[in-house]
This record gives sequence, C-alpha cells and structure tokens, in this order.
Amino acid sequence: MIWRRAWGPVLWLACIAIAAVVVARARYITDLSAFLPANPTPIQQLLVDQLRDGPASRLILFAIEGGDAAARARTSTLMLNRLRKDTQFSMVNNGATDAQQNDREFLFKHRYLLSESVTAERFSAAGLHAAISDTIDNLASPAGLLFKSLLPRDPTGELLNIIDQLSRSPSPKVQDGVWVSADGTRCLGLAQTTAGGSDSDAQGSAIDAIRAAFASAVGALPQVAAPASTRALQLKLSGPGVFAVAARAKIEKAVVRLSIAGGILVVTLLLGVYRSLPALGLGLLPVASGALVGIAAVALGFGAVHGVTLGFGVTLIGESVDYSIYFFIQSSRRHSDAGARSWQQLWWPTIRLGMLTSVCGFASLLPSGFPGLKQLGLYSVSGLIVAALVTRFVLPALLPAGFAIRDVTPLGDAIARCLLRFRRIGTAAVAALALGLMALSIAVLYQHRVSLWNRDLAALSPISIEEQNLDAKLRADLGAADVPDLVVVSGPDLESILRGAERTARALQPLVDAGVIGGFESPANYLPSLATQEARRSSLPDAAELRANLRQATLGLPIRIDRLLPFLEDAETTRHAPLVAARDLAGTSLNAGFEALILHQKDRWNAMLPLRGPASGKDIDLSRVAAALEAGAVHEALALNLKQQSDALYAGYLGQAIRFSLTGLLALTALLLIALRSPLRVARVLAPLLLAVLTVAAALALSGVQLTILHLVGLLLIVAVGSNYALFFDRQANSGDRSSEALTLASLVIANAGTVMGFGLLAFSQVPVLVALGATVAPGAVLALLFAAILATRTGTRAAASRA
Amino acid sequence: MRASYLKLLVALIALSLCASAAGASELDEVMGLLATRQHGRVEFVDQQFLHILDHPIESSGELRYDAPDRLEKRTLKPHAETLVLAGGVLTIERARGRRVVDLRAYPQIQPFVESIRATLAGDRTSLERLFHLEFAGSLGRWTLTLVPLDSNVKRAVAQVRIDGMRDQLLKVEIRQPDGDRSLMTLRPAASP
Repeated sequence: MIWRRAWGPVLWLACIAIAAVVVARARYITDLSAFLPANPTPIQQLLVDQLRDGPASRLILFAIEGGDAAARARTSTLMLNRLRKDTQFSMVNNGATDAQQNDREFLFKHRYLLSESVTAERFSAAGLHAAISDTIDNLASPAGLLFKSLLPRDPTGELLNIIDQLSRSPSPKVQDGVWVSADGTRCLGLAQTTAGGSDSDAQGSAIDAIRAAFASAVGALPQVAAPASTRALQLKLSGPGVFAVAARAKIEKAVVRLSIAGGILVVTLLLGVYRSLPALGLGLLPVASGALVGIAAVALGFGAVHGVTLGFGVTLIGESVDYSIYFFIQSSRRHSDAGARSWQQLWWPTIRLGMLTSVCGFASLLPSGFPGLKQLGLYSVSGLIVAALVTRFVLPALLPAGFAIRDVTPLGDAIARCLLRFRRIGTAAVAALALGLMALSIAVLYQHRVSLWNRDLAALSPISIEEQNLDAKLRADLGAADVPDLVVVSGPDLESILRGAERTARALQPLVDAGVIGGFESPANYLPSLATQEARRSSLPDAAELRANLRQATLGLPIRIDRLLPFLEDAETTRHAPLVAARDLAGTSLNAGFEALILHQKDRWNAMLPLRGPASGKDIDLSRVAAALEAGAVHEALALNLKQQSDALYAGYLGQAIRFSLTGLLALTALLLIALRSPLRVARVLAPLLLAVLTVAAALALSGVQLTILHLVGLLLIVAVGSNYALFFDRQANSGDRSSEALTLASLVIANAGTVMGFGLLAFSQVPVLVALGATVAPGAVLALLFAAILATRTGTRAAASRA
Repeated sequence: MRASYLKLLVALIALSLCASAAGASELDEVMGLLATRQHGRVEFVDQQFLHILDHPIESSGELRYDAPDRLEKRTLKPHAETLVLAGGVLTIERARGRRVVDLRAYPQIQPFVESIRATLAGDRTSLERLFHLEFAGSLGRWTLTLVPLDSNVKRAVAQVRIDGMRDQLLKVEIRQPDGDRSLMTLRPAASP
C-alpha cells in the first residue's frame, strides 16, 4: 500500500532532478532566430545567413546629434580614435580621410590590376597619348593638381579611374572632415564587429564600447568654451546587432516581469480560494514540474532554449494550474483517501481527455517550420502531460492527513444561480443566438478576408517603429540604404562568383544606360576576379615595347619620356608581381565594403550586387533585370527582392501553420469521437469552442488588428484550454450527477480566472508576439467558458426539468 | 559712406602713429570695397607652369562669384569643366562625370580656391585663418601676398599673389614649393 502510494512521488522526484540538471546546463538564446526558418531553400538560407551572421548583420550605425557642428565633429573624431584601437571591431569609419591613407596606398600599388580602363589598347602609342593628354588636362583643375606628384608614375591616371570606379556607390556628405547627414545636423559613423550579428553578448559588449567611447569623447571636449554645446550631445545607435540586443533586453524584461506578475496573481488567486498554505504549495507543484520538464524537453530537443519560449511559460501556468484546482476542489467533498479515489474515478478521465485535447492542439505546432513555434509546441505538450500526471499520481500521495481547503460550494451555488437565468431562455432561442453570433462572426471575417492575415514578417519584429525609422534615416544618410533588390551570383568558390559578378555587371550596364536601374554595387569593383586581373596584367607590354609606345605617345605632348621613367618601372614591376587576393584588402576600409557583398556558406559562395533604383524614383522592374541576365547568359545569377522573399517565406509559414492547426483540430475531433463515442456530444463540446474562436477572430478583425501567426496560435490555445471547460459540462450533463454541479462550476470559474490572468498579462508586454497571444487567448478563454456553460446546459436543464 | 570717412580718419591717425600700419589699413579698405560686391563675373585665362611639362598648359573661361561663398569657375577651353565652390564643398563637373571634394578633407587644395573666394568676399578673417597676409600698393593698384600658415598646406602652396585694382582682381598667381606656378589673368566679361 505504501509502495503503491510512493512510486509516483519517487519517480517524480527523479524526473525533476534530471530535468533540473538539464535546465541548469541548457543554453538560452535571445536573438531573433526563433523567427527564422529552420529548413530553408538556398535563397532562404542566404537570407537567414545574411540576417544572422553576414557582414551586414555586423554593422553598427552611429549618429551624434545635438550640440553644435564643431562639437559633434570633434566628438566623432575622438570616438573613432578610441574605437580604432578596439579589437572588437574589424572596421570603424566616420569619413575621416586620414583613415583612407591605407586605401590610397593599396589602390595605387595595384592600380594596373584594379582599374577598369586597363586594356592592351590603353598601352598602345595611341592609347597612351590619349590617356596622358587627359591627365595633363586634369592638372589645370585644383583637384587634378592633387595628382600632379603622381604624374611621373601614373601618367594614364589610373588611380583617379579607380577612385571614380569606387565612388559610383553613393557616399555620405562630409563636413568638418567627418560624415554628416544630408541636413548636416548629425555626424555619422559605421562600425563593423568581428563577432557575428547573432552573437548578442558580443554585440552588447561592442555597443557598450561605442557608448563608452562617446562618453569619454564628450568628457574630453573643452568644456570651458561652450559647456552647453557639449552637454546636449547625444549618441544614437542602430543596426541589426543593436536591434538584437534591444530585442533581447525587451524579451528578458518581459519574461522576468510576466513571470513575477503571473506568479503573484496566481498565488493570490489560489490563496484566496484555498485559504491554505499547504494547498497553495501543493497546487503549484504540477505547474512548476510542468514548466521545469517543459524547458528541459526543449533544451534536449533543440539544443538551446529561446527566450520567447520562457515568456510563453506563463501560458502554461494558465492551463496547468487548472489541474490542481480541479483536483482540490472536486475531491474536497470528502477529505479522505476515498475522496481522492472517487476523484480519480469520477473526474480524472475528464481531465485526462481535456489534457489530451490540449496536447493535440499544441502538437500541431511541432511540425512547423518556425523554430519558435516548434519550441512552444514541445514545451507545452511535455509541460501539460507532466502537470496532469503530477496532479494524478503525485498530489494524492502528498496530501497530508486532515488536508482541507475552504469549501467553495457557496461560490459554485452562486454561479449556478447565475446560470439558471440563462437556462430560462429556451433552447431554440439559445441556438438561434449562437447561430446568429456565428453567422455574424463569419460575415465579419469574410468581409475582412483580404486583410485578415498580416503577411509582413516585420509584424513579428519586437523593434519599434521609431527604431526602424531611425535606422532607415541613418542608412539613407550613409548611402547604406537597405536595398530590397539585388542580384545574387552563386558559385563554388570566390573566383567563380567574382567572374560571375563581372559578367553580371556587363549584362546590367545596358539597364543603367537605359535608366531601368540607377546603378549597382559589385564586390568585383573592390576585387576583380583573378581572370580579369590576369588579363589586365598581360595587357601590359614588356619594358622595351612600352618604352617604344611611350616615346611615340609623348610626341606632341608637353612632357618628355624621361620624366615618365617611374611609370615604366611600375608597369614592369606589376608584370611580375602577384595578383591581388582577398587577404590583401585587409587593413583597408575597402575590406568592409567588399565583405559586405560576399557571403560564404559551407561549400557555397555568393556575391551580392545590390541594385539602386532609377533616378526617376520608380521601383526597379526585376523582370527586366532577369531578362538582361538571361540575355547576358549569366545563369548563375538570380535577381530577387529581399522584402518579397522574406514576406513570401513568412506567408509560407502562415499557410503551413493554418494547415497544421486545422489538422490539429481534426485530430482533436477524432480523439473526442473515440473518447465520447457520440458525434452529437462531440458537436456539443466543439460548438462553444468554435464559437469562441470565431468571435475572437471577428472582434480582432473589427478592431483593425491583422492576424499574425501568433494570433493563430492563440486561437489554437482557445480550443486547447476551452476544451476542458466544454468537457466538464459534457460530463456534467451526461453523468446526471447534479450534486457536484456547484463544485464543477466553481473549479471552472477559478481555473478560468487563472488562465485569463496569465494570458491577460501577456497583452501588456512590449513584445508583439506575446501581446498577440495574450490579446487572443484571454478573451477567448472567457468566451469559451461562457459559451460552454450556456450551450451545454440544455441537457442538464432538461434532466433537471424531468426530475422536477 | 560715413563708415568710409571714419575708416579714412582712423587710417590717417594710424599712419601718423606708425608708418608700417599703413598697409594694414589700406588692406581694410580694399577688403571693405570687395565685401560690398554681391556678384561678379569675369573672364579668365589660366596658365600652369609645371616643371614636369615642357610648355605651360593654358585654359580659359569664366569666373562667377556670388557673395559670400559661392564661386564658379567655368572652363570652356580646352575642355569644358565646371568647378563650383559652395559651402566649403568643391564640385567638379566634367564630360566624364561629377566629383565632389570637401575642402576640409583636402587642406592642400584649400588655398587654391579659398584664397580667391575669401579675397572676393573681402573676408579678411577667413584669409587670416589660413594665411599670413602682406599688403602692398594702394587702393588704385594693390598686391596681396598670402603665405599659408599650416605646414601641411605649405607643402602644396608656397604663396598666393593677388594683383588688384580697387575692387577688381587682375591676376592670381599661385606658387608651389617645387617651383611650379599657375597664373590666372582676369578681365571683365565681354557680355553680361
């Protein structure tokens, strides 16, 4: 007897111990990866990689606002001096030209390999003549004079050509020697972290370093001159890493706050009901066990637990606390072993069925492509099963002798009296009302069918509109706008994609000339393919021939060949020098520009050529870009719109989630059919749930909310939680046990209050995904209980009437 | 007008006190005259004497000025080029494209354009921020010699010599430390 009672707790303790170890050792992630696809297509993979760790994800944009222009520029300079020494950054740039010294040396050294104008014709006598006279003309302008000292070594002006080549991409405005916004009211800068964008800890520390550099720069400004002008200085940060860190902070804050608030609310509720501390402690056991095992299951199943999943943990409190409420209240009639046993016979089957229907609902999230939903599914399924099992097998064994909670029969009676009023309404009237509400909801949903679902991935982003606007502004000023249109060239190695990028550039040039696109960037502008470099190198004639050509070229020019001997030397050096490799870019600011356009995945290389919109301001017609690529026979290149791609990706998930949810509903129906063995009873159980779902969806649509994938999960949760209520009413109606009705009602209302508290809290968080869930489930749970009570009492009323 | 008399009076007193101050006051007068001009349009012929080249290269065109800081140099020969200095930014437009140069980023270019711009504007403060000023001659015929203060700039420009008559610039000669020089000769534009 002792053993039969003890095996439950013993097994439970062992499970809890194991789960506790797993939870303690689990890895917790808080980036946005929960909302990125798990099984992507190559294009999706590209998107995800770029979002997660691509060079673009490592970029932090900073702006200095307030104060006066001089103070801003000085702060920018001081900040940069400090950040340049920081190894956390692979690149920092604020537009200061001293940083470009390395670049110029690099470009000058490799000018005959990097300049697009290097061809065999250019080094013919005629070509040299044209190029040199052009350069001499240039000397007449002040800017050309900058290159005067270079003339003997670079008479064809290749350095200027390369600088022109690179400056085709828009560059920010410079004032006081540093980048400023178009209106000049803020200084701008860029920092690229060495750590990947998904490494939130590293991003956080990089952000701290930038803030510290700003603070120390402001502190170092001469305060005596104009203290007011420095005091008003502000640092603004943006970029993927900044967003990730902000999102993490937001999620962490929400999780902590929601857990504490949810805990306090539920504890208060339970204390109010039980009026017993032991009962409270025992009552929380199923929840705590469920949450612990749920997290452990996620940690084991996914290798890491996402922060948002923990946030959803509150939802589990909402449902699993119900089990102990049912247990305590429903078994409280006889405070004895017999009471517990009769509970196990009378009530447990209903709770078990309710739990299984919930599991059916949550299990439909498991096959989802969204890691966040998968985690939520696994967490809920395992948590609910454990909570139910603990209620069934552990709680009865732990009940102390003489255990008692407050009698809630008066509460139940009061609710029953309330319900009686509804019961006076005729069956036909209720049916008509229900059908009317259902028809109305369907009509509203039909009316909103086009805009019902939000297919924009940004809807899930925890980043506020203001933050997104700031980012867009800074990017526009820096000329680093988030371009949605790009051509992606894929290949097995760097050389192949650089060649592809060059062929793409040739194919796109007619579109630039025709004004279809404004221009494009290419990694080959920074680093030409080895093939192209080789072609340029071999286009340099040997020393004797070049000298002969140059002699002829300088005839009629105001320059003598003996002035240009350094040119002959440099050309000869280049002929025997190695080609430029990607590693040679290191140490120049060109490296960041180059790396931003290259994505290396395991065995796949991608070159990205972002397209600029035409000057007309119209959108880029991607079909013409695709046609140009087709015409140029650049088969390894693909024109795509990132926004369309990511939204299509999300729309795919949404469709998938809707399908899975309907499958879950079917499975739930099948389960009920097997358990209840009566289609009519199944219909009665499902009717209030569907009605609640439709009403909530219609109310959301009416209030202008576009449904996201999280709303869908919320609707699923209404069914999962509401099924418990409907099943209890079904049991009540079919057992003919009128005496327990008050207790049933009391336990349901209290359980419902717990659920509404848990989910209601979510609606007040700052994280959109949690808000969506809370705003759907909290009203849905109330409606489900209400509808279940009204609709399911028909038989009960009839039974009562026949007894009367 | 009263201000001019006042200046003259001050100048006379200054002259009587210290002979060497004469140049300074004449400079103020020239600057004052220049500062009152809002617009200007002259033709120029620019000659570059570069030791690397066997003979000077010549260009010509039109120079326009709008107070206080817009200077436009339109070269017509031998090749069309428009150079606009506005708000410290130099924009160079040629058949092959457009280039924008921030002067603060290239201090070595600054004297080439700022010497002319600030002189045209009668902006003595700006001139003195960049150059050591030497004034010779009189209002009717003067020579302003500008020597860069910054050692970096000195490596690009040794001195700028501007010859003028009242509020008109006649010649701008820029000497580079390597002996190269440019000479811009100005005369009033033929047609409005």
